[in-house]
Amino acid sequence: MLETKDILETINMIDNEHLDVRTVTMGISLLDCIDPDIDKACENVYNKICRYAAELVPTVEAISREYGIPIINKRIAVTPISMIAAVCQDKDPIKFAYALDRAAETLGVNFIGGYSALVQKGFSAGDYALIESIPRALAETSHVCSSVNIGSTKAGINMDAVKMMGRIVKEAAELTKDNNCAGASKLVVFCNAPEDNPFMAGAFHGVGEADCVINVGVSGPGVVRAALAKIDDKEDLSYVADVVKKTAFKITRMGQLVAQEASKRLCVPFGIVDLSLAPTPAVGDSVAHILEEMGLEICGCHGTTAALALLNDAVKKGGVMASSHVGGLSGAFIPVSEDAGMIAAAEQDAIDITKLEAMTAVCSVGLDMIVVPGDTPAEVISAIIADEAAIGMVNTKTTAVRLIPAVGKKDDECLDFGGLFGYSPIMKLRKGSPKIFIERGGRIPAPLQALKN
Amino acid sequence: MKAVVTVLGKDNVGILAKVSCACAERNLNILEVTQSVLQDLFAMIMLVEFDKDKAPSFEELNKDFDELGEKIGTKIHIMHEDIFNSMHKI
Repeated sequence: MLETKDILETINMIDNEHLDVRTVTMGISLLDCIDPDIDKACENVYNKICRYAAELVPTVEAISREYGIPIINKRIAVTPISMIAAVCQDKDPIKFAYALDRAAETLGVNFIGGYSALVQKGFSAGDYALIESIPRALAETSHVCSSVNIGSTKAGINMDAVKMMGRIVKEAAELTKDNNCAGASKLVVFCNAPEDNPFMAGAFHGVGEADCVINVGVSGPGVVRAALAKIDDKEDLSYVADVVKKTAFKITRMGQLVAQEASKRLCVPFGIVDLSLAPTPAVGDSVAHILEEMGLEICGCHGTTAALALLNDAVKKGGVMASSHVGGLSGAFIPVSEDAGMIAAAEQDAIDITKLEAMTAVCSVGLDMIVVPGDTPAEVISAIIADEAAIGMVNTKTTAVRLIPAVGKKDDECLDFGGLFGYSPIMKLRKGSPKIFIERGGRIPAPLQALKN
Repeated sequence: MKAVVTVLGKDNVGILAKVSCACAERNLNILEVTQSVLQDLFAMIMLVEFDKDKAPSFEELNKDFDELGEKIGTKIHIMHEDIFNSMHKI
């Protein structure tokens, strides 16, 4: 028989501590949709996605009702569109963005990721055109998300792409300046992008993946914080790590159950569970508050990087035994606008871009959902991307940059995206120009860490 | 299939009777019941078994129990037992 206290613990986690499955993401390969006629290719893309994912939303909603677990998002990730569009040269790839958007609308998913290009070592046919079209694609669609991988430990950093992305991020914000610059919030610049990440905006379906898979992203910062709130201030950090591990195990088991069930009912292979602590702006669902619960006065003070390193590692250790296949980003996310504790820290100037950069060396992603001044020069955005990519490249980890230049806003204003994207004040950046460095372009060679054979 | 019904809230006369009556009306066979009252807080857990074809869907059961819970001043959940097995057993 089940223990009463275990049952009540689960109910309490769901009712009071925001336990949920953050996303069930179906990855769909579009390689068999390629056609030299772009309209035919777009039709193939739309038809395949709608055929494969027809039952995604109703099935996931049924699982949510049966198990009593909130499953927040149903999403789709597809093969990077630059590969599909490559054969349709001289044509505007934005038609693919319209097709993806239409499919998302038909199926009722909130985001579809994969308007992407992988250019870590260089540009191939289709990459330039796709990247150039990203700002328009994000401005003219509602559900499409975009990502560009500009570096990897194996390939080094493609600084030509870094230079280009600084401009593209700005354009994405400028084209959506009447809508809180939301275009830039749907664009992620990666180093070491994972091919099975279920979380947006950076999800895409890698070429090494099966035709169709189900990936699940778990969450639960509120549950971890509540577990830590129960322990005494005198307990040492080994004990703190143990509590995080045990909690992460339970959260991940729930994700694994949902993933297996969704895979079985949809007759689609189970890919991975992404063990992530993904915050939301709701009170009690913050990663920053976990760090504060460990004993920091405010997230961003000295000690934050160490506390985050402990948290990130313990989440992985606890989660890895709970799932048969772990992948994606797996770790703690530290988006600024999507985390109530981070927003509070940013409003009090307790956290700045340099501290966040240090934190990204030990967390699962990177500089995420950070609002920067609208007049930030493109080369400064490129330089931030380069810094972040260097951390990822050298440490053999994924890093990403999702900056939102607040075009048309004054420095003391904030951007309010609403919903899960939250809001954030504008964060100040460092002084000095990296213009000449960025203008050089070329490639930063792969580090010695790449030579493992 | 087996599901766990949890009833949480303020103690009152007839909670067990009303909830078990609702189970019987919907063809849910009650296998086990535990209940505890800590001061005023009432917590009852029932393990029920039912045939998917003969009982209402989870969607309807959830709706019915939500309504009943509201009427008797408690919060009632019905959840597949696997969620608890997977979270709390290795």
